Amino acid sequence: MSRRLFALIAQALLYGAFAAVIGWFSSNPPYRHLGEGEALLKLSFSHPGQLRSECRRRSAEELQRLAPNMRQEMDCPRERSPVTVKLDLDGGTLAQAVVAPAGLSRDGPSTYYARFPIPAGEHRLAVRINDSVRAPGFNHVREETVRLVPGRILVVDFDPARGGIQFR
Amino acid sequence: MCANSAWAGDVRIPARPFLAAGDILERVESGFDRWFGARANPLRHLGALGFYLFWIIVASGAYLYILFDTSVSGAYPSVQSITFDQPWLGGLIRSIHRYASDAFALVIVVHTVCEFVHGRYGGFRWFTWISGVPLVWLALTSGVVGYWLVWDALAQFSAVATMEWLDALGVFGVSLARNFLTPDSIDDRLFSLFVFLHIGLPLLLLLGMWIHVKRLSQPDTQPARALAWGTLAALVALSIAVPATSAAPADLTRVAAILALDWFYLAPHALMYETSETTLWLIAAGGTLLLALCPLLSHAPRAMTARVDAGNCNGCRRCFADCPYGAISMQPHPDGRIGAELAVVSPELCAGCGICAGACPSSTPFRSVRELVTGIDMLQLPVAVLRARLRDELEQLTAAARIVVFGCVHGADVEALRSVDTGVVLLLCAGQLPPAFVEYALRHGADGVVVAACPEDGCAYRLGARWTRERLLGEREPHLRARAARSAVRMVYCGRRDLRALQQALNGLRAQVPAAKRGNGGVHV
Repeated sequence: MSRRLFALIAQALLYGAFAAVIGWFSSNPPYRHLGEGEALLKLSFSHPGQLRSECRRRSAEELQRLAPNMRQEMDCPRERSPVTVKLDLDGGTLAQAVVAPAGLSRDGPSTYYARFPIPAGEHRLAVRINDSVRAPGFNHVREETVRLVPGRILVVDFDPARGGIQFR
Repeated sequence: MCANSAWAGDVRIPARPFLAAGDILERVESGFDRWFGARANPLRHLGALGFYLFWIIVASGAYLYILFDTSVSGAYPSVQSITFDQPWLGGLIRSIHRYASDAFALVIVVHTVCEFVHGRYGGFRWFTWISGVPLVWLALTSGVVGYWLVWDALAQFSAVATMEWLDALGVFGVSLARNFLTPDSIDDRLFSLFVFLHIGLPLLLLLGMWIHVKRLSQPDTQPARALAWGTLAALVALSIAVPATSAAPADLTRVAAILALDWFYLAPHALMYETSETTLWLIAAGGTLLLALCPLLSHAPRAMTARVDAGNCNGCRRCFADCPYGAISMQPHPDGRIGAELAVVSPELCAGCGICAGACPSSTPFRSVRELVTGIDMLQLPVAVLRARLRDELEQLTAAARIVVFGCVHGADVEALRSVDTGVVLLLCAGQLPPAFVEYALRHGADGVVVAACPEDGCAYRLGARWTRERLLGEREPHLRARAARSAVRMVYCGRRDLRALQQALNGLRAQVPAAKRGNGGVHV
């Protein structure tokens, strides 16, 4: 076998190996993202808690101490309540968090996102949320039995404007 | 890590940071040289291969973009249409786009590893190394965003995983992952953003690639024709054999349990889900930091830089043309002659290779001046010292046939060849050798001359071996004069451990010494 022919064969083999490596790792080995027979539960919300304290009327002395252009009669603190959430699955606690409002003045929404792979099938879900430090306990509660097929994503969201706690 | 920096006379034998790995890599590169030839050896032209793959990606992507529908409902069907309605055009181009992108990622990794193993990350190379670090990120993000455009189950997985990872930083105020919470969370504007990113990031990548090679003179950005065709053929063959296809359409109410992951780009997602978002951030930040700090690992003292002697520089521009790192500029000569120029060295760019000294027409040992001073020279090994060494070596040779080996200090251990018939002169780089020295050696008693350079296209200073070859063949100035007995000259490309080729060249010269003395022929390279 001539040297040139041997080099050409070696080149073909190496280009082939290069293509094989590219082709294989381009889609192999398969990655199992979710266990067999599992569904995905996502608990997420972006909700501004209620104002931490109510507006109050400033006294005349207080108004006098303020610069003339700042003399607003009502003092309305911007800070919002943190949002407390508790998610129970079949009687056990799956998630529990106190989510602080965003922003330097703590006047933004409280945002939460968490994902939980859970076995598919029937589950009892209980979601409790408190969005006001002035309200005792949980002022939003939803409890429901859900049936999830494998690979299903169930989103638990919270939006008072759309009915409070939502299962989507 | 082991450094074995040493001195041979006043020529410092360079530190070799990773002895075993470096030897293995050199052997593999040499093996590839035998099969591909140095010009088409992919391992010696990984940077050029990267540029080439980038242009393939751009060209194939441009066609796909024409037919792509940037809407939630239209993206997936348009990609399916490209794939299946025109399999021998759109489908093939889509597959080439995909596999060229994967090859690009692979080439970047191999290029980084090879440069690291060769110790090419510190000293004067710091800028090129550092400027390469962001390119890894830009290439990765460009590829990942490309996957989102298909808007299949894999795109959904990647987009959500990326957003979850970014959310873990906690700096966005809102949750980015909420943008992919439910089917009504996304709209067509998101796809405009995806397209913007998939075009903008590669543009930034191109800018970064340009900066990456900015300090190099004549950067290697175009592979040899054989390498280009071979690579393209491999990509086309792969595209025909295993066409790229989409997974099921994205559905934000469902998640795919098993995914055909593209490990070149999407492996970080798997790593994140197997560990945590924080772990992935630590690995990403730590890896980036380690890469960025690599130049600090280089403890080699900075090489002395070239120095110009205004009295001997005639402004011929040969050093300016030959410097591999653009360290030389031309300025008006201080002697005030109209139109006369003077070479000026930028110390921060100078690698200390001496290629400029080899290019200088004043670097001829035949000059009958009291002190041999050339236009541009290396303080650690001036041309005058080189001539004195050559004379010493010739005087010490006692055998009938006398051979001189000029050896690059970065190449083979030529000192091991020293014997009664073989003298050795070490150079900072083969390119430091003015061709007149070869003629000088032959006219002062040498029966043969061997110039030992680094492997072809594997020169430690990029262009030294090539310039030397061209100078000896008379294709580049300053050239070896025709009157020199060219048949008595051998140029050998050899790696650090590769003395066999050198021995063969020596034996060949020993065998033909009488013939070489008689007539002229071609230089054997």
